Amino acid sequence: MRIELRGITKRFGSFTANDRIDLVVEPGEIHCLLGENGAGKSTLMNVIFGHLQAEEGEIIIDGAPAKFNNSGEAVRRGIGMVHQHFMLVPVFSVAENVVLGFEPTKSFNRLDRRKATEEIRRVSKEYGLEVDPDAIVEELPVGLQQRVEILKALSQDAELLILDEPTAVLTPQEIDALMAIMRSLAKAGKSILFITHKLKEVRAVGDVITVIRQGQVVGSVPPTTSESELASLMVGRDVNLTVNKEAGTPGKDVLEIRNLVVRDDRGLAVVNGVTLDVRAGEIMALAGVQGNGQTELVEALAGMRRVESGTITLNGRDVTNKKPREMLDEGLGHVPEDRQRNGLVLSMTVADNLVLNTPRRAPFARRGTRNLAAVDENAEKQMKDFDIRATSIRESVSALSGGNQQKVIVARELSRPLEFLVASQPTRGLDVGSIEYVHRQIVNQRNEGLGVLIVSSELDEVFALGDRIAVMHEGRITGIVDPSTSRENVGLLMAGSTMAVA
Amino acid sequence: MTDNLADVLAQSEPDPVTPRRSLWSRFSSKSPVLLAVLALILGFLIGALVIIFSTNTVLDAWRQIFSSWSAPGHALKVTFDNVGAAYRSMFTGSVIDPPQFWHSLTTGKQWDSSLTPLSETFTYATPLVIAGIAVGIAFQTGIFNIGANGQAILGGITGVAAASMLHMPAIVHIPLTMIAGIAGGMIAGAIPGFLKAFTGAHEVIVTLMLNYVIAFFLLFVLLSTALQLPGQSNDISRNMDSSAQLAPLFGTSSGLRVSYGIFIAAAVVIFAQWFLDRSSLGFDFRITGNNPNAARASGINARRVIILVFLISGGLAGLAGIVQAASTTHYIDGNFLIGNAGIGFTAITVALLGRNRPMGIVWGSLLFAALGVGGRSMQAATGIPLDLATIIQSVVVLFVATPVLVKEIFRLRETSTNAVHLATQGWSS
Repeated sequence: MRIELRGITKRFGSFTANDRIDLVVEPGEIHCLLGENGAGKSTLMNVIFGHLQAEEGEIIIDGAPAKFNNSGEAVRRGIGMVHQHFMLVPVFSVAENVVLGFEPTKSFNRLDRRKATEEIRRVSKEYGLEVDPDAIVEELPVGLQQRVEILKALSQDAELLILDEPTAVLTPQEIDALMAIMRSLAKAGKSILFITHKLKEVRAVGDVITVIRQGQVVGSVPPTTSESELASLMVGRDVNLTVNKEAGTPGKDVLEIRNLVVRDDRGLAVVNGVTLDVRAGEIMALAGVQGNGQTELVEALAGMRRVESGTITLNGRDVTNKKPREMLDEGLGHVPEDRQRNGLVLSMTVADNLVLNTPRRAPFARRGTRNLAAVDENAEKQMKDFDIRATSIRESVSALSGGNQQKVIVARELSRPLEFLVASQPTRGLDVGSIEYVHRQIVNQRNEGLGVLIVSSELDEVFALGDRIAVMHEGRITGIVDPSTSRENVGLLMAGSTMAVA
Repeated sequence: MTDNLADVLAQSEPDPVTPRRSLWSRFSSKSPVLLAVLALILGFLIGALVIIFSTNTVLDAWRQIFSSWSAPGHALKVTFDNVGAAYRSMFTGSVIDPPQFWHSLTTGKQWDSSLTPLSETFTYATPLVIAGIAVGIAFQTGIFNIGANGQAILGGITGVAAASMLHMPAIVHIPLTMIAGIAGGMIAGAIPGFLKAFTGAHEVIVTLMLNYVIAFFLLFVLLSTALQLPGQSNDISRNMDSSAQLAPLFGTSSGLRVSYGIFIAAAVVIFAQWFLDRSSLGFDFRITGNNPNAARASGINARRVIILVFLISGGLAGLAGIVQAASTTHYIDGNFLIGNAGIGFTAITVALLGRNRPMGIVWGSLLFAALGVGGRSMQAATGIPLDLATIIQSVVVLFVATPVLVKEIFRLRETSTNAVHLATQGWSS
């Protein structure tokens, strides 16, 4: 399918989300749409998919103008969309999910499961998308759930597939698998619109990269364009992808982890004998493929998960199995992996979220009564100091962009006296400008002598931030190396090789 | 899941800048007050339809509209007369009767009968406010306390026991009675609280079932213990000492029932405002209610919060129960807070209506009390059954609970989804 957008303009009140956007996707092409969070990518996709109607401009499909009043019309015209948040029924099987909405039926309107299963098998085979049709969706890993979404679109005969930030939720291996699928689909003649803000991915998989900024197309470039060029197109200025950090002056060990064993919810020892020291004035970056125990290790440090055996020592004090409250009082700052789940109360105001874990401390409260003036004053100050973009301190956090939400957490954690900082995936899902800002803040803290543990699945971040890099695999530290080590060697450690590479 | 839902809502929300600007859209419908008023209007409109279709004289008039030229006008007149009479008697029975009030105002006489409707409304609203706040605080913490009624009954039992079996001067007896009521409610609240905190038992099931247990416990207490009125075989309690009763505000001779209990209700409202907005514990409660995971990560002890919520909510419900007994009957019987009188259940509705905010609950309680009181006088004056008041109450709640529907009816297009929060968060916890 060849789809062409001409002068698409979409306004929300006085805000122009899409401003005269032109775009052409050729058959068999992987067209990447690159832009910061809030640049208008998702709005544009919703216009194409019929969720939203543009005020101006037209959509031309294979030479004929098309207009969709709802997504059903778009689907019938051969457009499929894989949403960032999957639209699947978790308790249904793969087959049931795929046929949902146009179920094959037997007499008396009964669902024809056999036919549904065959349909999955057919599409699976055609495009090399292996999924067990009888598996229950909620029991599948995220990568496979996404595959079900793609299958669903394909079985509805989609000729243009829109993938909205598909890699945000995937592990590196799953990303590789997805890219392979995208290539094979393109080879089969499908057109693909791939939305992302990750530079590496567009260069790896795209045929054409269109960059949008503040609702406007700022350029269409070939995938050979360098990352720094793409980044500056995205944010409109030159961005430092590598963090300019001064040489550190590491002091004595502040965090000492000894033979730590932690079990996950299923009872498996996913942290299985971790020993790690982090010094004051040092950033230790913990690399590793997601799901190798990093999450549980951080939860144990924050007091949110029981330690089975081993010890955690902070500045010489044993803090093993302290409660979350006690760890906060011990001076542990924690930027949680899933900020909306663990770090914020979305329905509350910016001001309240900035004191979420210190509501009882002076000056924010005295004898059980909150001092709202102090809370507000603190909020005004943090908004200025940490460049949090919100209309006011009374705005609810749910209205902020991901980057500004993360800044709220970072501001809250860094503005109290800390002895150690743990930050898990501190820049996941953030735009380049915000990433730069968060990195800068972390480096500043380290310069002032704070010990920092960064957990990240992005190798770029690990290399950019780490003074030392620890690699975790299957619950163990497979090596601690210098950031000058090659990516290949770190990759080997991530894959479980324990050979001495340092 | 909630993220997904929000997405779906955002996408299905009609385009916010369609040129179709209605008069209503000029109102900022961010205000939940407007929504409640609109729901009330719809309630009365639907109530009017019920009156029309259930009153034979009105229906007959409409059947004969083709019989003569004047018949359609006559039918309209009969309709307005009947609906008007019903709503007029509802108003005069629960708020004021303007001619009577004017008479008192100009002559200074018969104030008692002029103020009786308001007095009755406030009498019914007083325990309802307290119970509504009990439920509202729990809701704000994400806890569904469906057991406020049982907690109120137990509070009534313990309160009446302290009021009738202990004897002392009023200055100590009234506070002691109230504290006994609070303690009774706390005991009833502690059971689901501890069960949820330590075993994860779902509070909806536990509190709902405990209502039955406590209702039968009431019968047991009234029939088989020393609380039963001596010399009686009926399910009726001893009378509260006059030193433990909440006296009528304007003296016994006035005939106005509204009692000093309204000061207790006012104190509860002030406490709840402070607690939710200004206290550290209330902040913990709200964090827990809005995001239990973030609460845990912020060092809030979930078990402690759950138990404290149930103690506070149960204690307030118990207070509502004893205030009800101490300001009206001064004894309890087997029908205490049973059936239509179950203020603990009405409290859930009132909390929903008031969006769990103390002042909202006050307005909701006054509205429900007025509809109930006015409904009785309407029944007496026009013969239209009291159930009409219940229908209006139900319709109002229905529309308050479905803001999207109200916005659609009144074409409130220019609203953001943010304006509409669901008052409760669903049954998962």
